[in-house]
Amino acid sequence: MHGLINKSLQCFLRDTYGAGAWAEVAQAADVDPAGFEAMLIYDDALTVDVVAAAAAFLDKPRDCVLEDLGTYLVSHPNLEPVRRLLRFGGATFVDFLHSLDEMPDRARLAVPQLDLPRLELLPVDEASYRLDCEWHLPGFEHVLVGLLRTMADDYGALVLLDCLPPSDGLAHVGIRLIDNGYASGRSFDLAAGG
Amino acid sequence: MEMKLERAALDLLMPMNLQADAEGLIVHVGPTLEKTRKAGYFHGFRLFELFRFKRPREVLSIEALRQAAGTPLRLYFRDDPQTQLRGEVTAAADGGLLLNLSFGLYVFDAIRHYRLHASDFATTDPTMDMLYLTEAKSAAMAASYELNLRLQAARIAAEEQAYTDTLTGLKNRRALDLVLARHRRQGTAFTLMGIDLDYFKRVNDTMGHAAGDVVLQHVARLMLERTGETDTLVRTGGDEFLIILAGQTDLTALRRRAGEMIAALETPIAVPDGQCQVSASIGLCSTGQFNSWEPAQMLADVDAALYAAKRAGRSQVVAYAPGMEPSGDDPERKAERLNARAAGEGGALSARPSR
Repeated sequence: MHGLINKSLQCFLRDTYGAGAWAEVAQAADVDPAGFEAMLIYDDALTVDVVAAAAAFLDKPRDCVLEDLGTYLVSHPNLEPVRRLLRFGGATFVDFLHSLDEMPDRARLAVPQLDLPRLELLPVDEASYRLDCEWHLPGFEHVLVGLLRTMADDYGALVLLDCLPPSDGLAHVGIRLIDNGYASGRSFDLAAGG
Repeated sequence: MEMKLERAALDLLMPMNLQADAEGLIVHVGPTLEKTRKAGYFHGFRLFELFRFKRPREVLSIEALRQAAGTPLRLYFRDDPQTQLRGEVTAAADGGLLLNLSFGLYVFDAIRHYRLHASDFATTDPTMDMLYLTEAKSAAMAASYELNLRLQAARIAAEEQAYTDTLTGLKNRRALDLVLARHRRQGTAFTLMGIDLDYFKRVNDTMGHAAGDVVLQHVARLMLERTGETDTLVRTGGDEFLIILAGQTDLTALRRRAGEMIAALETPIAVPDGQCQVSASIGLCSTGQFNSWEPAQMLADVDAALYAAKRAGRSQVVAYAPGMEPSGDDPERKAERLNARAAGEGGALSARPSR
């Protein structure tokens, strides 16, 4: 697993529950308490262990922890660049949804070793979509749900999201669009820091 | 077959198009170009009044510009901000010109300046991807830079540790070899001062290793106080030290300093269970004594001088002289010699618990 992903998991625990929580989780998962390096590659099993240790420590189902991680990724001020980069996907939430299948390739432009989940958006009917997701971290679709819910808020769109049962090795997220962003979302200016 | 485009379609495909008639009057600009200036700025004005051409150089007539079809254009606004544009020109059937322009390398400045959005760029324009890439790369570079800083700090700490004697904080044998090699390369003159503690074994035997460690740390501190910035202090073995005195070859003066060093080392030392006393023998060997020198030879000769000092009795200072018997470079023989000496040790100065 790329260090960027492990590091964001570590920062999520630290920023949300405090440095002590991270130290406990690191100890339980047998990870160096100093944490992960963003630009190194780690064994996949380590990521799974940290998620399991975090769920045990927080006494929450793993899926909830992952969904909170997804929310954190696009809402915490420390990770503002992630939100900005995702907002490059399009002017509306639907444009953004359609840009998701390009996300892994976009990310690889910047960090060639970064392996992100393969995503594909399939229209179901006029206002519903299904997002198919293929990845090696079990439960990743819950991260997506947290991330999509927060991005919808960001765009000012109103959506209903739910995880559908997996099939053919793919995880699925159901997306029902109530309103594509007529409520006022958060601002997005192309010029960074401007 | 000829294809005719509505203006709206053209604006969608080329949001920065500019159309001028055969006289050089601007008759239309695309919506993104329009955004760069106040309303009514372009329409009806002469192309060459508003823009200065850099390539082709200082072109001032429609005819000359028409000739430039197929070559890259570079032009500026004549008023502020003098944003640079690039593009190309094609001749229209009615004698007019169609220019397709872009911000080129200055697109980031233009986005900030003119508050442009994704919808201001053609779908085929990779500007958005470039923006994305620039931001993502800066974030990735920042993360890499942080990692490099941490690795660099860790490397320096590890190197420092690798060359340091952990008990006393002095340099170790590995550092000694490096410093001698550096002096050799740079041709620096220096004197080696070999120091061997007397009665140290007794401290260890009667008061324990903890007391012995306190003594070693104490004498290391005393030596540091009596040496300068450019000197190198090395703990070469259990109770053996070596000081490289850079730039100092006056043996008469150094003999006196060595005597003072011994006097300082003989001051009783407080240890947890009382106090104890040691002394030292010192051998000196200066590069000034040789026409040329080698690190191994200098180490052997200072060792010979130190050995001579030991044999002359406790607390002696001896400078190297040709013909001095080496103590034996072979580590095993040296260990034997040290053991034999320790067994016979029992002089006037002794380590003694207080009371």
